[in-house]
Amino acid sequence: MDFSELVDNFSFLDGWEDRYAYLIELGKALPAMDDADKTPENKVDGCMSQVWLTMRRDGDRLFFRGESDAFIVRGLIAVLQIILSGKTFDEIVAEDVEADFNRLGLDAHLSPTRRNGFFSMVARVKAEASRLRETL
Amino acid sequence: MSFDVDTVRADFPAMSLTAHGKPLVFLDSAASAQKPRQVLDAMRTFYETSYANVHRGLYELSERATTAYEESREKVRRFINAADSKEIVFTSGATDSINTVAFSWGAQHLSAGDEVILSQAEHHSNIVPWQLLRERKGFTIKVVPVSDRGEFDFAAYERMLSDKTKLVAVMHVSNVLGSVFPVKAITAAAHKAGAAVLIDGCQGATHLPVDMQDIGCDFYAFSGHKLYGPTGIGVLYGRAAVLEKTNPFRGGGDMIRSVSFEKSEWADIPARFEAGTPPIVQAVGLGHAVDYVSKIGMSAVAGRERELCAALQDGVLSVGGFRVIGTAPDKAGVVSFVSDFAHPQDIAMILDQEGICVRTGHHCAQPLHERFGISVSVRASLGVYNTLEDIEKLVAALHKVKRFFA
Repeated sequence: MDFSELVDNFSFLDGWEDRYAYLIELGKALPAMDDADKTPENKVDGCMSQVWLTMRRDGDRLFFRGESDAFIVRGLIAVLQIILSGKTFDEIVAEDVEADFNRLGLDAHLSPTRRNGFFSMVARVKAEASRLRETL
Repeated sequence: MSFDVDTVRADFPAMSLTAHGKPLVFLDSAASAQKPRQVLDAMRTFYETSYANVHRGLYELSERATTAYEESREKVRRFINAADSKEIVFTSGATDSINTVAFSWGAQHLSAGDEVILSQAEHHSNIVPWQLLRERKGFTIKVVPVSDRGEFDFAAYERMLSDKTKLVAVMHVSNVLGSVFPVKAITAAAHKAGAAVLIDGCQGATHLPVDMQDIGCDFYAFSGHKLYGPTGIGVLYGRAAVLEKTNPFRGGGDMIRSVSFEKSEWADIPARFEAGTPPIVQAVGLGHAVDYVSKIGMSAVAGRERELCAALQDGVLSVGGFRVIGTAPDKAGVVSFVSDFAHPQDIAMILDQEGICVRTGHHCAQPLHERFGISVSVRASLGVYNTLEDIEKLVAALHKVKRFFA
């Protein structure tokens, strides 16, 4: 699924309950991460649920995968993967994730005060893309 | 005994707020309580009519401020039935109160070979100060377990007490389990062994009538903001006989009798422990918060909350798929739970959409969560303004959670 499909799917949803139900569905469909990858280094700071993130470089592109023990956060990770994963370093650095989430009606989750680990995850992906861009 | 909750609710501006377009259901008072108009108005009036630094000026305004500040001390004394108002030290909060005991009394009396007894249920604020002090002094920390139901294991405690025990520091009411610990019996047993006693009363003074002379403890700590007062103010009760022999650990203005570069002499208690300009307006606000709950009556508060707490626990369990952490028969004010099918964060995010405020996390009690084999939980906690309707809304929302995730 690409981002425009995701926007379409969300546009058919009415109200928070449907949006959350869909987000939870996306979360449940997110493939589980290998336990071997759930290392302290891959753990993203977040007060309430545990969030892990692994990243892989392929040429000038950055692929990443995430997982959380909370379904809604898994759903948010799934959305973020659709938006960012596999894009070029430049694209990732330039992407306005907040605007994307705004279009889906999920922007509140990007607030640094939400303490769901998700804000740190976006920051970490962007920082990695920015670092890798310098190596090109 | 009971009171009119509608009248109480009308006193709290936050009770008419909405969240996500729904009437706010505030079930997070154990973290911090909302404030009644009486407290807010009193603080504003004080700033406008009586504000100056305390204990310093000879002018009328300063005397008015000092009088109000000291009146609050007396109100707090009456509220917890301390023998003398000099036993009431104003701090910045319960955390500060406990640290004050650790780094004044503790630094003076604890050394290698000594033992400090804590309970497994303690808030980090009653664990970490002792670990910090242990690094300097080298004493041993012993931990009293809690039962599967969340009760203080008194038999284990008695076995732990010895002539090495110098301090027993335990909570009055668990902020996670809601269990009421038998602090009077704990104190008696500690004193018999020759140990001093500190009670963390954050969830005690807020939910139950407390009586320092009845409990007999040496120190009792609580926060103003959980008692419908402002943030930045707390109380450290210290039994006069103990406090008078305790050295200060914070130096500054107002805590000295005389200062020279050779030697300074400490002021009498409680000023000895209130270095610098204190949180004056917050202390006045706390005095009014104490007035407010005293007018309702702490016995009435405790009686009503006991019924609500039982209804809350039954309600959570009635949904199915939720497990309550801490099912002691004697509980006050809080119900923590986890679910088979959703993470506490998932639960809290759905409840938030329904306008329901609960706490999610380890509630600053990681060792306790570990003891129950979990890392985080959801906690619903009660205040004077909560109703059966609030609990019904929570239960309805938990049914929704179940539909979402189960």
